[in-house]
Amino acid sequence: MKKYPVILSMLFLLIAASLVSAQDWIRTGTGLGVEKVRLAVPDFKLVTTDTGTQNLSAIFNVTLWNDLQTAGIFDMVSKSFYPLSVPGAPQEVHLNDWSSPPPNASMLAFGNLAIQGGSLNVQGWLYDTKNPQSPQVLGKQYREPANDANARLIAHRFADEIILRLGGGIAGVAETKLYFVSNRSGSKEIWQMDYDGANQKQLTHMGSIALSPHVSPDGTRVAYSGVTKEGWQILMYSLELGRAVSFQHFGGDNYSPAWSSDGQTIAFSSSRSGNTEIYSVSSTGGSARRLTESKGPDVSPTWNPKTNAQIAWVGGRSGLPQIYTMASDGTNVVRVTDQGYAVSPSWSPNGQFLAFAWIRHYGPGAPGASDIYVMDVASKQWAQLTHEEGRNDFPSWSPDGRHIVFQSSRTGRVQIYSMLADGSEVRQLTTAGENTQPNWSFK
Amino acid sequence: MKVKEEKLKLTRNQWIRIIVALAVVLAVGACGKKKVASAPPPPPPPSPAPTASLTANPNTIPAGQASTLTWRTDYATDVTIDQLGKVDPSGSQAVTPAESTTYHLVAKNDSGTQEATARITVVSSPPPPPQQTSSGTDEQLFSGNMKDVFFDYDSYDVSAQYQQVLQADARFLQQHPGMKFTIEGHCDERGSTEYNLALGDNRANAAKQILAQLGISGDRVRTISYGKEKPFCTESNESCWQQNRRAHFVYQK
Repeated sequence: MKKYPVILSMLFLLIAASLVSAQDWIRTGTGLGVEKVRLAVPDFKLVTTDTGTQNLSAIFNVTLWNDLQTAGIFDMVSKSFYPLSVPGAPQEVHLNDWSSPPPNASMLAFGNLAIQGGSLNVQGWLYDTKNPQSPQVLGKQYREPANDANARLIAHRFADEIILRLGGGIAGVAETKLYFVSNRSGSKEIWQMDYDGANQKQLTHMGSIALSPHVSPDGTRVAYSGVTKEGWQILMYSLELGRAVSFQHFGGDNYSPAWSSDGQTIAFSSSRSGNTEIYSVSSTGGSARRLTESKGPDVSPTWNPKTNAQIAWVGGRSGLPQIYTMASDGTNVVRVTDQGYAVSPSWSPNGQFLAFAWIRHYGPGAPGASDIYVMDVASKQWAQLTHEEGRNDFPSWSPDGRHIVFQSSRTGRVQIYSMLADGSEVRQLTTAGENTQPNWSFK
Repeated sequence: MKVKEEKLKLTRNQWIRIIVALAVVLAVGACGKKKVASAPPPPPPPSPAPTASLTANPNTIPAGQASTLTWRTDYATDVTIDQLGKVDPSGSQAVTPAESTTYHLVAKNDSGTQEATARITVVSSPPPPPQQTSSGTDEQLFSGNMKDVFFDYDSYDVSAQYQQVLQADARFLQQHPGMKFTIEGHCDERGSTEYNLALGDNRANAAKQILAQLGISGDRVRTISYGKEKPFCTESNESCWQQNRRAHFVYQK
């Protein structure tokens, strides 16, 4: 047992090293000498405020800090190191105070808020403290009706601007959404929330069972599976209309829908033939095409979103469920996992990795935990991201490939958590009822 | 379960430490103070908390047949099984329950109590002859005669035992050709949500296919999987899980 962490961390370093060489934006958290940008973010200066709106300033500051911290690419300079007077505008900035110790920041984000006449005005800047001649990297101005939602929205937008500039040109995820299943209303229904757990909102009201939400790449529809009079069917919820819309019904039970990243095709599992198999169908309906043929269960497809030429799924043809990949026409089947109980694959946006849930050591006398793993599809090298804290399942990648959202029973009841793709910075996003099967929006 | 085991190990370790420490103190005392009258003997250390396990083999039997209960305890001074009364600390005994029974073992000593349970599921076989339709509704008749099929973990194979159950089910269905029904596939809570849905469908379809071989038309049958969404039993133990791995027959009105 003692040797285990060492072997694991060596494996992890191997994979981490390959990640780093392939993509400089993956942070490994294992001290490989990749320095995160030291970013100082003093609270924005409140210039004027209508009565009763002081809390907007606090909401803005907390949201901005949380977004930047969660991004995983910054070393956030603790506020206790900041100079006593913080700037609200460029003329108030003394770069030397920020670039030298104790803050020792290489970047400074600052600005001001004015809440006047029911409108919220925010000015924000990003300064390179080591470049006194031309420090400004970013200067932005926002104006929205003054309310809590807009204070969060402006913070998200400014955070994403900073992340885009300093994070290798990859868009941030502060404005993305998560879709999930919650039973807090009394039955399992599809819910929506912001990427940080805010604004949790019930979408469906089936009163039976709804599972496996997957949002369309354009963010207009959510495909899910629900129990109807005709058994399990793939159902659609229109986010534009705010209600369920019709989608083709098939024979047998149908569930676990997955969108191709071009929005053209939906892969799903159907029992219409007697065995459960993977099928694909046009997202506008039509005849379904059968992709697998085996006696065992086949379920939980996920597309390679980079190419849409491959599908990974869970097959039970050899006994306990394993992850397989195939071409999107059903040919070229490859078994990916070699042991244990492997389910719930999610393909990374760059096409390189599969995240999935794995009870790696399975069987009598080895009651392993279900943990989240990431595997490099080409080399089949894997890294374990969660470590025997409850049962972990249903990982889903963020569109920037830096984060993974998943469900875990680590605190007793199953809840939804997000983490960086190296397993660090775990955050609990839900608390009410039981919450499962999170799905991260494409944008 | 795991937590309990760890606690137990801890107490055992602690006891070893205490005993070693006591031995050292006694040895030192014996060497250094030979002339002094010996101290009153320390009270005997309480024994560690008991451990207990109870299993039934087989844990599913046709009515009238026997299953063997096997139990094992450590450190217990008093061991009882609810249905059998006081028993030896470890042992085994054949039992023939008339209906599905959960056997409950309690092992006690001065420092604690440990419980263990094992469930024996009794399957009625052969089924009682169909009753007259006048004695109940078709739905009651159906549920009184159609016996469910139970499965091993992660399996959708119908064992020889349940092939026989399905033969009896098929005889009943042939005598009542007007009845339509649904086969629900169910799974225990351990698997993953989506995989369990697929597994449940395979279970329901396995039962449907065998009934078809026995002459029951597929037109009378609908199948649906509930995966682990509608468990019959909600405790986290094998006897409960076993109840949930089934193809369940429901009368279709």
